[in-house]
Amino acid sequence: MKRWFTTFFVGGLIAYRGLFNWIRPAMYIPTMLGSPLFQLIFFTKLGQFAHAESRDFYIVGNSVQVCAMSSVYAMTMAVANERWFGTLGPLLASPANRAAVFLGRAVPVLANGLLVSAFTFAAGVLLLGFRPGLGSVPALALIVLVTVTSCTCFGMLLGSIGLRAKDFFFAANLAYFLMLLFCGVNVPLDSLPGWMSAVGRCLPLTHGIAAAREVASGQSLPGVSGLVWTELGIGAAYAAAAYLLFRLLERESRRTAVLDAY
Amino acid sequence: MNAARIVASGFRTNLKMLGTSSFFLLTSTVQPVIFATLAFFMYRTGDRAGTLLYAALGAGMMGVWSTTLFGSGGMIQWQRWQGTLELGVGAPPSMTLVYLPFSLANSFTGMYALVATLVWGRLVFGVPLHFAHPWLFVLALPATVISLGLMGLVLASTFILYRYANALANLLEYPVWIASGLVFSTSLLPSWTRPISWILPPYWGILALRHAALGGGSVWVPLALVAALGVASIAVAAVTFRLFERLARDRATLSLT
Repeated sequence: MKRWFTTFFVGGLIAYRGLFNWIRPAMYIPTMLGSPLFQLIFFTKLGQFAHAESRDFYIVGNSVQVCAMSSVYAMTMAVANERWFGTLGPLLASPANRAAVFLGRAVPVLANGLLVSAFTFAAGVLLLGFRPGLGSVPALALIVLVTVTSCTCFGMLLGSIGLRAKDFFFAANLAYFLMLLFCGVNVPLDSLPGWMSAVGRCLPLTHGIAAAREVASGQSLPGVSGLVWTELGIGAAYAAAAYLLFRLLERESRRTAVLDAY
Repeated sequence: MNAARIVASGFRTNLKMLGTSSFFLLTSTVQPVIFATLAFFMYRTGDRAGTLLYAALGAGMMGVWSTTLFGSGGMIQWQRWQGTLELGVGAPPSMTLVYLPFSLANSFTGMYALVATLVWGRLVFGVPLHFAHPWLFVLALPATVISLGLMGLVLASTFILYRYANALANLLEYPVWIASGLVFSTSLLPSWTRPISWILPPYWGILALRHAALGGGSVWVPLALVAALGVASIAVAAVTFRLFERLARDRATLSLT
């Protein structure tokens, strides 16, 4: 059991530091903090110009959504870069527990996602006049934690695909942009066509953002518990799918001898 | 004649390379269509349906800028990774001339974005494509794209000394969309940002395109300014390429490894 936890925590951290390309400050600050900050300003101003929704609608939506910068890109890199750097073979030849190897990488990604979201919320407060009630902050923090978790599980699925797919960054980029469109970040779900809102309801973020908006406008945490549990359930489903896919692709890669092939 | 051959050949080669890149496919067609869709829905929600062509043009220009930015940011970096940067620097023509066609090809690829958002807007959202001054639009589009390409050349020159050019590219995408007022008016921004907008070719480019498509203002003034900024960009790029190349040679840091 001790070995499982060592692989989970220490292995996860080492893998994250080694495989997440954007960890250096010169890369991290412009990409993980600068880009979300300007995304927030862009959509808030666009919403203001379009007379679509209130300012807080965009601040909450984008501040929660930017956690996907970490969850999607960092998680994809933390799994798929094993193949890019040529370390996938030795990793899969090791006797380490696969669940510990796989899930351990998610912990630093999750922490990073929380940081990015918190930073963007803070920017909303300082630059755009976002003023949630002080009492709503703990509930908001919990909702963001749940949403980052479910997003990270989704990132795991993309990372698993990256074990075999040729261009995993294309998939990560596409997923990030589609989440902007389908998850009710900047357009309310009921303004989207039915099929789009149906897809959005199966994705992470959607229920978390809806819960965060309600809490920011004064609703209590028990009042949005249904949304929070749904978000968590979606995350668990993606985590299970990701783990199964990881094991399946590992077995198939061994069987067809294409482990490190592009 | 020799310079024209270098430009033509470099342009063709880079265009072919970009055509095989899934990243550029994403930046020049998929991403602008997603942003255009977002803008259409937001405008519809706010009952600004009359401005859907405004949104389509803006989202298209966002794609032109993204492609130029990532292309210029990546141009030096990719050559560095492929080991061909030294060959380009060591070639007899100036670096500006060697990399000019690459930068132009990047922004030309970005033009797909404008086509994609207009076609998408027409087919899916029924955006009427009635241009107030079609011939001026045809004139303004290449002028804007070339000017953006020349601005990309300035960016590329600064990336010679900077190891994390792609980080800077990631950072600069939204700010230029914002400061250029591509999908919303810059009057929503603080007044101190106005001079920043004025020195950006996309700001004047979108004004020229918007006035040509929707009417309501002069096309020639923004068109002249976008051309002037293009000329200024190539003059600046010639100086910065020479300066940064010399610095990189002095410090032996061209490969940055």
